[in-house]
Amino acid sequence: MGAFDVLPDYEISRNLDRCIVCRVCERQCANQAHEYVPEEDAMASDESKCVNCHRCVSLCPTRALKIVRSSNTYKLNDNWTDKIIKEISIQASTGSVLLSSMGNPEDYPIYFDKITINASQVTNPPIDPLREPMETRVFLGPKPDSVERDSNGKIIPNLPPQVKLSMPMMFSAMSYGSISYNAHESLARAASELGICYNTGEGGLHEDFYKFGPNTIVQVASGRFGVHKQYLNQGAAVEIKMGQGAKPGIGGHLPGKKIVADVSRTRMTPEGSDAISPAPHHDIYSIEDLRQLVFSLKEATDYKKPIIVKIAAVHNVAAIASGIARSGADIIAIDGFRGGTGAAPTRIRDSVGIPIELALAAVDSKLRLEGIRGKVSIIAGGGIRSSTDIVKAIALGADAVYLGTSALLALGCHLCRSCQAGKCNWGIATQEPELVRRLNPSIGAKRLVNLMTAWQHEIEEIMGGMGINSIEALKGNRLMLRGVGLNEKELSVLGIKHAGEGQD
Amino acid sequence: MRLEGLERIPSGCAICGIFSRSGKKFDGSGIVKSIAVMHDRSNGLGGGFAGYGIYPEYKDYYALHLFFDDTQAKKNCEDFLGRHFDIAHYSEIPTKRTPGVDKAPLIWRYFAAPHTTKLSASQLDEKEYVVKQVFYINTEIKGCHVVSSGKNMGVFKGVGYPEDIAKFYMLEDYRGYCFTAHGRYPTNTPGWWGGAHPFGLLDYSVVHNGEISSYDANRRSIEMYGYNCALKTDTEVITYIIDYLHRRKGLTLEEISWVVAAPFWQTIEDMPEEDRKIREYLRNAFSDQLITGPFSIIVGFEGGMMALNDRLKLRSMVVGEKGDMVYISSEEAAIRLIEPDLDCIWSPKGGEAVIVTLDNELEGGGN
Repeated sequence: MGAFDVLPDYEISRNLDRCIVCRVCERQCANQAHEYVPEEDAMASDESKCVNCHRCVSLCPTRALKIVRSSNTYKLNDNWTDKIIKEISIQASTGSVLLSSMGNPEDYPIYFDKITINASQVTNPPIDPLREPMETRVFLGPKPDSVERDSNGKIIPNLPPQVKLSMPMMFSAMSYGSISYNAHESLARAASELGICYNTGEGGLHEDFYKFGPNTIVQVASGRFGVHKQYLNQGAAVEIKMGQGAKPGIGGHLPGKKIVADVSRTRMTPEGSDAISPAPHHDIYSIEDLRQLVFSLKEATDYKKPIIVKIAAVHNVAAIASGIARSGADIIAIDGFRGGTGAAPTRIRDSVGIPIELALAAVDSKLRLEGIRGKVSIIAGGGIRSSTDIVKAIALGADAVYLGTSALLALGCHLCRSCQAGKCNWGIATQEPELVRRLNPSIGAKRLVNLMTAWQHEIEEIMGGMGINSIEALKGNRLMLRGVGLNEKELSVLGIKHAGEGQD
Repeated sequence: MRLEGLERIPSGCAICGIFSRSGKKFDGSGIVKSIAVMHDRSNGLGGGFAGYGIYPEYKDYYALHLFFDDTQAKKNCEDFLGRHFDIAHYSEIPTKRTPGVDKAPLIWRYFAAPHTTKLSASQLDEKEYVVKQVFYINTEIKGCHVVSSGKNMGVFKGVGYPEDIAKFYMLEDYRGYCFTAHGRYPTNTPGWWGGAHPFGLLDYSVVHNGEISSYDANRRSIEMYGYNCALKTDTEVITYIIDYLHRRKGLTLEEISWVVAAPFWQTIEDMPEEDRKIREYLRNAFSDQLITGPFSIIVGFEGGMMALNDRLKLRSMVVGEKGDMVYISSEEAAIRLIEPDLDCIWSPKGGEAVIVTLDNELEGGGN
């Protein structure tokens, strides 16, 4: 241990009265935080290696382990906090950019938690979802400009291609490579069983998963990894990834260590070499270029697949979305600054972008103001944690939401935020076969189905309480929301009233 | 006075309608008796009527019924009307002092045809031109409110019990082939006459009982198409949705019922292939116009009347027939009172539109 080493954030606490030296912790920890000491026939631990993923805690048969926040502290300083001091120390040692994973954990306002939902009392009845149908089906895609009829006056259905979802949720983009084969299989199987979609991310689509095509969104990102004609035509829709909420304005970097043979084949990149996607699409330097890519993809898919354009929530998001809506895109996905990632520069993740609640409200308002809301559907992602967040997002104006972090949590992720290391003890963000094996896709899919089904029930209950029996009547229904403890400006951007105000 | 529209006021209500398929004219006394028996469904804070076929002598002109706060408002509005329409005739709408009805605005009617050169310069069709002027008056000319704007029809409404409002307007003096009525039970105290119902736009008039839970979703989407929901009432947004779907999108009234009170997906899936495709299309293409929450509405239009319940039928509504006469009401008693000997009476299912139209077009305005 050197003089400049950083104090570990957490300590491993082992109750020696309970420990039976079974060495499970040692075998389970890919970070080698636990070690057997033969001379003493006891376990030792090295907290500097611990990422607090709770794998050992969860599997210790005698519950002998606890990971606790270290009380070891620098001299208290509200300005130069422990965190800042440690980060400076790390950068002074390494000369590197700080790296992090998953979503922005910093203390910014969570607007979802400052919004409450309405319910019916007296003047109209709540609806009981156990007794009455309660509809959560949504279609994503543009609405037709006019109604066409044949010579007998019969309507000719002229809807552009749509994505049909049994509930307004999808699993957001996570590439094969950044997460494991088993994680992808879990997502694909769950999406298929639920009648929703998962998203390939920028990693191509493994041939084994072609059969889940109708429930797959295939992504085209700046690196164009894994993109070919069959891939584009395999999915329910094609998503152009312009940006990501966790790292707006920068590209991606999958370390060569994660590019194992199978990943390399799927991605169409060399095995063992880093896969670097550039910050911009080098064929898109402006909005008119985006239009060309949108139509190139439509040509490649014979105008049968809706095109999604995904952007990070940045300051001018509403105007950007309005441009996208006029670019031929059918769906806009907005990713808030809480959105997760397999690896991002910490400073970018924690300081760039804006909250999804504000971005979503601004985009929906803008598109309505311009009369083009019907030309596109809106998917909101990046920071959606529960069924109530979903209800609030839809009432603010989303057609559906993307769920990434919550899906990973269902698969066993404990949000240790160390995905970039590639040693995920839960078999999710890793390509090491012995770790990947820990995630059983049947159990993973089942847990995802459970979570989505549970949230669907909750959404139905909340909708019923409001007297709404179909999700489309919730979309953009902002009178159903009230702010608590928000200032005038926040309320005006969200387009909602403060609690205590009536419907005036 | 806080005008309706400065706040949104939920209301319970009574509605009824009488229609003669043969186009035989009858006076307004029947509809008044009918709505009066449902007195307890309103609370004296709003009542009104719509009559169709009542102005045969001016049937080719838009009958603009207007409320003015004062003579200055009237002058401003008349200046505007003079610039945009040729006025064939105008008069104060006859009223008489009635206990229980007060704070009446100035109430006038104008029989107007769009100014030919203005109309052609606007590049709008005639109805769209009229709608545009109506919205302008309602939002831009202070103290004016267009109560109705259709041809050969008119809306008579105010703050009070409907039977008192009928006395005030002397409704029994009007003869038409269709009347609808509304008694309002708002949960607040609106003092403004413009907020009473029916709500009218062109020849559409809507009376509505219910409180729709989809209000803000419907409002925000319809406002995108140029409608200004100034009154913030359910009835207003429902009227605009009907105008949008019927006049601008060319859907039939039955198709409109499949949009606003759409069948559940599970019902649609059990339909024969062809029906299923069209229902699916309409639900998807016009998903923002789905109305949820309780409602029963009667829509009056030129030559017809439609009754519709929300898809769960959360509000009562019955339909009775006798010969060529069709009666629709929140309560059966209101029909039995004026026609005890019905050929049939039934309660339409949730989402099942009852549409009645004249057997033949009215000749010469159906005198």
